[in-house]
Amino acid sequence: MLDRVLVKQLRAIVGEAYFRDDKESLVAHSYDGTPMLQALPDGVIYPESTQQISDVMKLLASRRVPVVTRGSGSNLCGGTVPVQGGVVMVMHRMNRILETDLENLTATVQPGIITSEFINHIESLGLFYPPDPSSMRISTIGGNIAECSGGLRGLKYGTTKDYVLGLEAVLANGDIIRTGGKLMKDVAGYDLTKLLVGSEGTLAIITEATLKLVPPPASKKTMLAMYRDLYGAARTVSAIIESKIIPATLEIMDNPTIRVVDAYAKLGLPLDMEAVLLIEQDGDPEKVERDMERIREVCERERADRIEIASSREEAEKLLTARRSAFTALARLRPTTILEDATVPRSKIADMVLRINEIAKKYNISIATFGHAGDGNLHPTATTDARDHDEISRVERAFEDIFAAAIELGGTITGEHGVGMVKAPFLEWKIGAPGMELMKGIKQAFDPHHLLNPGKLFAKETRKRVVIDHG
Amino acid sequence: MDNPFVAGKPAIAHDNPLSRTILRKLDYDQLTNCMRCGFCLPACPTFRETGLEQESPRGRIALMKAVADGLMNPDQAFRVQMDHCLGCRACEPACPADVKYGQLIEQTRDALEDHPERGLPAAGLRKVLFQGVFPNRSRLKWIGKSLAFYQKSGLRRIVRGTGMMRLFAPHLREMEEILPDATGRGVVEQLGTLFPAKGSPLARVALFRGCIMDVLFAETNVNTVKLLSEAGFDVYIPEEQVCCGALHAHSGELEEARALARANVKAFKELDMDYIVSNAGGCGALLVEYDHLLQDESDWRENAAWFAQRVIDISQLLVDKGRELPFADEAATAAEPAVMTYQDSCHLRNVMKSGSAPRQLLKRVANAEFNEMKEADRCCGSAGTYNVMQPEMAGTLLKHKMEHVKAANAHYLLTSNPGCLLQMILGAKKHNARADMKVMHVVDFLYERISRKDE
Ligand SMILES: Cc1cc2nc3c(=O)[nH]c(=O)nc-3n(C[C@H](O)[C@H](O)[C@H](O)COP(=O)(O)OP(=O)(O)OC[C@H]3O[C@@H](n4cnc5c(N)ncnc54)[C@H](O)[C@@H]3O)c2cc1C
Ligand code: SF4
Ligand code: SF4
Repeated sequence: MLDRVLVKQLRAIVGEAYFRDDKESLVAHSYDGTPMLQALPDGVIYPESTQQISDVMKLLASRRVPVVTRGSGSNLCGGTVPVQGGVVMVMHRMNRILETDLENLTATVQPGIITSEFINHIESLGLFYPPDPSSMRISTIGGNIAECSGGLRGLKYGTTKDYVLGLEAVLANGDIIRTGGKLMKDVAGYDLTKLLVGSEGTLAIITEATLKLVPPPASKKTMLAMYRDLYGAARTVSAIIESKIIPATLEIMDNPTIRVVDAYAKLGLPLDMEAVLLIEQDGDPEKVERDMERIREVCERERADRIEIASSREEAEKLLTARRSAFTALARLRPTTILEDATVPRSKIADMVLRINEIAKKYNISIATFGHAGDGNLHPTATTDARDHDEISRVERAFEDIFAAAIELGGTITGEHGVGMVKAPFLEWKIGAPGMELMKGIKQAFDPHHLLNPGKLFAKETRKRVVIDHG
Repeated sequence: MDNPFVAGKPAIAHDNPLSRTILRKLDYDQLTNCMRCGFCLPACPTFRETGLEQESPRGRIALMKAVADGLMNPDQAFRVQMDHCLGCRACEPACPADVKYGQLIEQTRDALEDHPERGLPAAGLRKVLFQGVFPNRSRLKWIGKSLAFYQKSGLRRIVRGTGMMRLFAPHLREMEEILPDATGRGVVEQLGTLFPAKGSPLARVALFRGCIMDVLFAETNVNTVKLLSEAGFDVYIPEEQVCCGALHAHSGELEEARALARANVKAFKELDMDYIVSNAGGCGALLVEYDHLLQDESDWRENAAWFAQRVIDISQLLVDKGRELPFADEAATAAEPAVMTYQDSCHLRNVMKSGSAPRQLLKRVANAEFNEMKEADRCCGSAGTYNVMQPEMAGTLLKHKMEHVKAANAHYLLTSNPGCLLQMILGAKKHNARADMKVMHVVDFLYERISRKDE
């Protein structure tokens, strides 16, 4: 509970209606897309400007009240669950495109804009902003930046970090900083822009971003390659890259995923196949034609059972949209869906697929696998039931094994979903003790009183997975 | 963490009686099936208008679960939030996890109805409408007659002149002004209980005439029958049928809704029809879910499923099975060129999944151009009795809707449900749509295009 005086001061800054602490608002900001995590905040605030955020932070810092910045709460790492209470700051009102600079090919936006609304606007200007997380119809650009989100086009075009040129942000003490700019080059000091990208709301509140735009590809072609053997599909991924082709999109879905996705999207996907690869190439029409032909050859060599090319852009978009629904669609199977985000060098993708299946068998749990195979980024998803504690503990042990396997293959514990709470106990596995110390030092420099998204990134102890109830 | 759950539902002994009822009535598996991805947010009109998580499907499900789990008490604000939901169910087709939101909100409202708030005028008004009027056909007919009398006798002029209507809230006054002429002569009174197909019959169908439809839009019912007959169907109109119960179900009066469902299942089952045709998306959507509504009643389950399988919207039936109708015949049609636009009935689209059928029909109409308006699939704010109970949100939605209607610049604004139709008429009047724009039910428009040709 925040005291009345503080509440009054907060309302004086943002306006009466834009601070709420009724029970409904608190409950509605107690969760995000992560299963089994919930904690009530003490208040919810909806600022409208950088200045308001700065004033709010000065006030909250003086009272040592924690702040959790929230876009749309679609993250999958417990990133916006207010485990230590405090105020949830919702960025939705700051959703304007401030400028599109057609000479420099940049756009400057407020962080609360919805990713796909931004992308649509940019495309209507004849330009292209590639980072397209599957959640783009709801996620915010601020959330994308704070998680360094990837998407279906990451393989060829990179992820959010490759498109952030400059930021404006409010620090924990209320100071406003600006980093980078409309610059393709800038080595004036440490690269604070890159540091804030992927900082998960723990270092600063991003209030404005200058993003890089690129010219759109002249044409696209989309292919569905179907396999009777999951391993064959995974091997194809490495084989395509080995033959020096970088497709725009190279996604994998295994049989359980194909089934639920089709139950939702009703596209007539091949339910008898063990795996499909969704492959898209873009660029000059001739090159696209040539690449697709070579990709087809590779697929056939790796014994694809069937290969189909989307007959129209509309059909291709339907396939991509269906793939984007995969994670949620898996929730059809069981009450609780836990997804992880292990990433390996892309030459190791087939090994990783095998390891995941062995681990699922070992712990006697169901894991469906899909993901950005071309990025080496798989989403093994356990379909389970939070009410069955025995099974949940097996799932947790299985995921520990999966993280360990990923690291062993030269990979990482999370490719794009972030550490948040759920992977905090494993962070040290990836970056080691000196890495942890350094990161803690960085956190200390930015936020000495641990007010920004406390309880994230750094776990009390390494390894044991946490489930927290609060409030 | 201790495990507070046993076999599905958490074993919590709530102190609050309403919490107890909510926990008992809610399908807990559906609650947990929501994995909080947020994919439904952009589809939800109340979230779009307010930008507030608590006004979104994900937020509302979280609130229901929080009550069931004992994280919060179902206070007045909770009630208000549940009332704020339009029940348009746009969140359902948007949900890849197949969460049955419609059932959750009905169960919650059912629980809330069991613990009524005293002294709320809205609840009182609803009670009179739902328990006193809709289920009772003779009373409805009486109202129809007296409404017709009121409208025709000049009493309306006197009432309006003396300002009696000013006693009502402004939104009710607006509503009263646009109500079409009511009639005590419904479709059966006009056409009898059997209307044969033109030519050899393709199938035997039964008309679900609806209660509001048959009093305020009896002409649409008549035209529905005639269109069906033109398209090759023998049309039966069982007299024993009653109100579908949709307005009851959506407001939490599930027991009444079930009683009405049983009466309808009985009335139609006796006739053994190929199809049960609805021309009101709002009614049809409940009719196709009678199997779910009566699933716990072993005596009725089978027949309810029989019934639900046969329910189809007139547009879908015409598209799928009907003979080609002469409105598509360019040479034959004498109708003037016209631009049409279409407002979805949420329940036709999201529940009956027949949103494309009316469009397919309209695109076939000769000499007329179909102009899809922006966000035609977004709820207009009518939502059963929502516009009566939640005038503020309904008003905002309608305002935005009419901006899109105006941009479509159509001669005809068409829809597939009486509630939407009334709301569109109200919107056109209130927000000054083009003066020559006609607001009509799709059926009436199609029938007009046919009959002009016959002239
Ligand atoms: C079905 C589904 C599919 C998904 N697919 C993908 C995918 O393909 N690729 C991918 O990378 N991710 C994916 N995600 C994860 C998630 O959608 C992304 O992480 C997304 O970027 C989060 O955006 P958001 O606006 O919802 O942020 P939130 O969830 O609200 O916040 C995420 C983090 O960012 C911080 N934050 C938010 N705004 C700001 C700000 N202005 N300043 C500072 N910190 C801020 C928060 O504190 C939190 O730590 C998916 C999620 C779901 C549910
Ligand atoms: S209702 Fe469906 S779409 Fe909405 S948050 Fe829940 S699972 Fe996601
Ligand atoms: S039924 Fe309509 S108003 Fe209610 S939550 Fe679903 S989309 Fe929103």
